[in-house]
Amino acid sequence: MKPSKENIIARIGHRSINSIWEMGVTARFLLQILWRSGTSVRRFQLVIREIYASGVLSLIIIVVSGLFVGMVLGLQGYQTLQTYGSENSLGVLVALSLVRELGPVVAALLFASRAGSAITAEVGLMKTTEQLQAMEMMAVDPVARIIAPRFWGGVISMPLLAAIFSMVGVYGGYLVGVVVMGVDDGSFWSQMQSAVNWRDDVLNGVIKSVVFGFAITTIALFQGYDAMPTAEWISRATTRTVVNSSLAILALDFILTSFMFKGM
Amino acid sequence: MPTDNLIEIRDVSFGYRDRPVLKGINLTMQRGKVIAIMGGSGCGKTTLLRLIGGQLRPTQGEVRVDGKVIHRLGLTDLYRMRRKMGMLFQFGALFTDLSVFDNVAFQMREHTNLSAEMMHDLVLMKLQAVGLRGAQTLMPHELSGGMARRVALARAIALDPMLVMYDEPFTGLDPISLGVIGNLIRRLTDALGLTSILVTHDVEKSLQIVDYVYFISNGVVEAEGTPEQIRASTLPFVHQFVHAEEDGPVPFHYPAPDYASDLGLGLAK
Repeated sequence: MKPSKENIIARIGHRSINSIWEMGVTARFLLQILWRSGTSVRRFQLVIREIYASGVLSLIIIVVSGLFVGMVLGLQGYQTLQTYGSENSLGVLVALSLVRELGPVVAALLFASRAGSAITAEVGLMKTTEQLQAMEMMAVDPVARIIAPRFWGGVISMPLLAAIFSMVGVYGGYLVGVVVMGVDDGSFWSQMQSAVNWRDDVLNGVIKSVVFGFAITTIALFQGYDAMPTAEWISRATTRTVVNSSLAILALDFILTSFMFKGM
Repeated sequence: MPTDNLIEIRDVSFGYRDRPVLKGINLTMQRGKVIAIMGGSGCGKTTLLRLIGGQLRPTQGEVRVDGKVIHRLGLTDLYRMRRKMGMLFQFGALFTDLSVFDNVAFQMREHTNLSAEMMHDLVLMKLQAVGLRGAQTLMPHELSGGMARRVALARAIALDPMLVMYDEPFTGLDPISLGVIGNLIRRLTDALGLTSILVTHDVEKSLQIVDYVYFISNGVVEAEGTPEQIRASTLPFVHQFVHAEEDGPVPFHYPAPDYASDLGLGLAK
């Protein structure tokens, strides 16, 4: 039942209930994907195709952004650290910022807008042009054949892209810090090596990006699969993919960070 | 026990939410025939196909295909039944990320263990039947509307189904492609011994190629018969439809309040 326009409280309540309801439906959709992932495992080349579509094709934006974020980190970090005479720790600052936070989060935001929106538009158009229905009529389950491979393609691509982002970023920081600003080469790398912990920093970063991968691809696929088959709805669904995934990434990042790095 | 009737629809009702579409409809379709279902836009023709394909469940009555009640089948049996059905969607619904060859080969890859050579030969035979063997490497976006429809037809008959359903196969085609598709439907039905159900509002072409016609209006069968009977029909609805008249039992005007009072003319008097 739709509340009247005048009653603001009722409208807020209506919206909240709707978004909670949508979260529930999305979660059920995720369970369905997991349940029907057998085809993706048996015919892994379907997943590889999607890793290419969402992972390989996102590489350029990931690499370029990673490089620039790293260079900016190098620049800003150098200015600040220099004030305290500790510019030799620049490597630590760059690497930790990237591996713990910026790598997973920025890569995920880029992934949502590059690959997530593409997935939503593609699935939405497949629905509009009756391709999903045609598949059902050919006795092939579209969730198993179309949705699940895209899901796993995204989930596998996301941590790899985040890792590439961080790696390129570290080199960006090196470029500015060591090559341009003249920080000592040896201490840049050796301090980084001793300060960055494999389990606490790298592994936690990877866990983050896997979680983001789950969230983005689920949202993107759901928005596409659930879209009404008209141009207007598909454009709306694509926008919602980017907005909802970005909010989900930031919220999840805060939650994960508060568990992972408490008291450190 | 197999009967002459491939499809039997008994007292089927269906509605979307509170909008009834079909109201206790009865149809039978014989094996080996081309049957047309006609009616105005939104009269439930496509819904009927979805009921036969098991994509929708009737709220009342039953749809029997090959002796089995479709909506009582479990998912595995339903999928097994669908392998014996082909469907041609309104604009072809080709998989846009697959080439023409892969589109036709799709079901073979999904459902059979045929060798690559065997599959190659079968796909080329199907494409040859629709005259598009030379287009096998093209992608769907490189095809014209008529060609896409033909590829979709080749895909629909890929696994030699017993039943092919066509949802508005003539929409948006030029006269040549329209003739080609129409004749293909007839020829393939006869050559492969299948049963074809044609949902359409293209009266001229379909009356040339079909064996039997059902007219649907307001959720029930308004008229039925062979093309000759339909042409000769004096029923107002059929007459309006066959002769494409603007006004008749299907009114030109959407229901509206009195014109004069809508324009405020009543007040002046």
